[in-house]
Amino acid sequence: MRPLTYLAVTLLVMGLAFWAYRENYRTQAAISQMSQIQREIAGLREDLGVLRAEWSYLNRPERLSELVDLNFERLRLVPVESGQFVDLDNIDYPKPPAPPESAEGTAPEEEKP
Amino acid sequence: MIRTPLRPLARILRARDRGENPDEIEAENRRIRHEAIQDKARRRAEGRLVLMSACFVLAFGTVGVRMGALASSEPSEPRSQVLSAQIMSQRADITDRRGRVLATNLLTHSLYAHPHQMVDPVRAAKALAKVFPDLDQARLTKDFTGSRKFMWIKRKISPEQMQAVHDIGEPGLLFGPREMRVYPNGHVASHILGGSGFGAEGVSSAEVLGVAGVEKAFDNWLRDPSHDGAPLALSIDLTVQSAMEEVLNSGMKLMSAKGAAGILMEVKTGEIVAMASLPDFNPNERPRPLLKGDPSDSPLFNRAVQGQYELGSTFKIFPVAQAMDLKLINPNSGINSSSPMKIGKYLIHDFHNYGKQLSATDVIVKSSNVGTVRIAQMLGVERQKDFLVKLGLFEPTAIEMVEAPTGQPLVPRRWPAVTSATVSFGHGLAASPLHLAAAYATIANDGRRVTPTLVHGRQRPEGEQVLSPRAAELAVGMLRQVVTRGTARQAEVEGYEIAGKTGTADKPRPSGGYYKNKVVATFASVFPASDPEYVMIVTLDEPSVATAGGGESRTAGMTAVPVAAELVRRLAPLVGLKARTDEKLPIVAARFQPRVEPSPGDGIKLVSNK
Repeated sequence: MRPLTYLAVTLLVMGLAFWAYRENYRTQAAISQMSQIQREIAGLREDLGVLRAEWSYLNRPERLSELVDLNFERLRLVPVESGQFVDLDNIDYPKPPAPPESAEGTAPEEEKP
Repeated sequence: MIRTPLRPLARILRARDRGENPDEIEAENRRIRHEAIQDKARRRAEGRLVLMSACFVLAFGTVGVRMGALASSEPSEPRSQVLSAQIMSQRADITDRRGRVLATNLLTHSLYAHPHQMVDPVRAAKALAKVFPDLDQARLTKDFTGSRKFMWIKRKISPEQMQAVHDIGEPGLLFGPREMRVYPNGHVASHILGGSGFGAEGVSSAEVLGVAGVEKAFDNWLRDPSHDGAPLALSIDLTVQSAMEEVLNSGMKLMSAKGAAGILMEVKTGEIVAMASLPDFNPNERPRPLLKGDPSDSPLFNRAVQGQYELGSTFKIFPVAQAMDLKLINPNSGINSSSPMKIGKYLIHDFHNYGKQLSATDVIVKSSNVGTVRIAQMLGVERQKDFLVKLGLFEPTAIEMVEAPTGQPLVPRRWPAVTSATVSFGHGLAASPLHLAAAYATIANDGRRVTPTLVHGRQRPEGEQVLSPRAAELAVGMLRQVVTRGTARQAEVEGYEIAGKTGTADKPRPSGGYYKNKVVATFASVFPASDPEYVMIVTLDEPSVATAGGGESRTAGMTAVPVAAELVRRLAPLVGLKARTDEKLPIVAARFQPRVEPSPGDGIKLVSNK
């Protein structure tokens, strides 16, 4: 009985040691992957900052007004004027197109209740 | 220790007498002694065992507790705190009220040299001078071949320049990352933003510090990493600001003025929607301050906040409003207006002679100095002063810019009768246009004190009531009449019911006295008059405009007012103010329920990795 117990305990210890070894390496892999991702996030953040800066540089009022002047022939954009404000209920919207008739003819029945 | 003998003589002798074996006694004593030794040994072994097990329990207990803590606590990334703190350490962005970027950071590189590591210093100096034309080759050669171990070459270089330096292939030329502050909109809102420079510098990083304006006033806030990269949202609207600068610039040129300032402020909140001062500068390349001469000649000078001008007749509404508040007069009270008026040895004149008597409304509408002085005399010096203090005209504005304290109004130290008289029509007390904006906003805000601010959407305590709502309403009504039939008729913009007051003040000479032909023309306005929402101040420095008769006019009515009218025409639609017209548009019954799409954000979702 005793040798069997010894054998079992030894195997158990070996198993646990192996598990701990693997777990240790998995943790380290996760940590290095994490820091990799962190670096990536930092890089992306930097890129994002650059893109935001570029976007706002491209949208600077000076450039936009130059573009408006260049494309005046096509777009005819002028500054907003006071007469361009209208309430929603002053607008005569066209009637929306009728919903397409469904082939099965079941849809109208569903609308009844 | 006393050892018990194995063969005690007395017992042996006694045992021999009785004929017993004395060896038994020895065996007995030996046994007792062994038992004692055994006991001792066992106790020591037990002690060791207890110690050992305690050690084990402690060790495993520690591991167990740690495991338990790990298992029960929120899982968090290891090392993330360190790294994200690094990411966040950069300066926060500054945006306008709609989230458009006004100031942000860009990563560039700085260039430095280790001359002792150089392979061919002379060639490196030559190549560098070719890449950067502003560097002096002879000096570089001297520095590189001398005994220096380290030197900066350029603070900020572009990626193209960096590649060119790489191409030199010199191992002694090194790059360090540099965070650079950029203002993508260039000149727009330059005075508000101020600018930034480098503080403590190292090879791997440099501190970005605010130098002026909001950048400096919020320096600590912007650098505080605990805000998680949240931007500072100013109350400025980029579109309105740039439109104001554009209109003001052309107005300034048209009126051949030296400088101009404009402020558009929300009445209810005191938030500044646009504030411009011309000439301006590019905060990306902030010019050096002037060391001599008049600081107001520098483009860095912010006329709206730092400029101390005698704002002239725009002040007249204050004593009149106060007198109506105290029920000393009503808009129809007759005021003696025979010009000139004598106070002590001084004479006070009107621009024209307006006859013997004017109603209080006409004093404002026709801008009568004498009439205003009479009203101020009814109030008395103490009450007049007290009201101006309450309007905030005695202290610097509370605006969040480092320049604010330099806008300390120039207040006369003593108030004899003549000072009280001149202050009532805006001479002898110099304040910034921003002071005037805050004071007019206070009148327009039903007499509740308004403090100007540049931060958007901040909860602030409600201002003190300095004027009764009734008097404030009457005052705005009078200002409206100035535009409909008074000195500011050119300011009538259909639908926006502008109410305002012109002010033309002679510029004081630095040596004392006043210039004859240099004025500061101001128009302070509130619109729409029936429910004031915005206050706008326009100030032109030394304007003059040719009149139809071939003469030259410098009055605010001919210079500042048309510019202000154009500003309202452009800006009011931009801030979403509808023109009020009598024209009735037909109301169309909806044929269906229109579905209004909720307005999307700017398409960027900010995520955090916490």
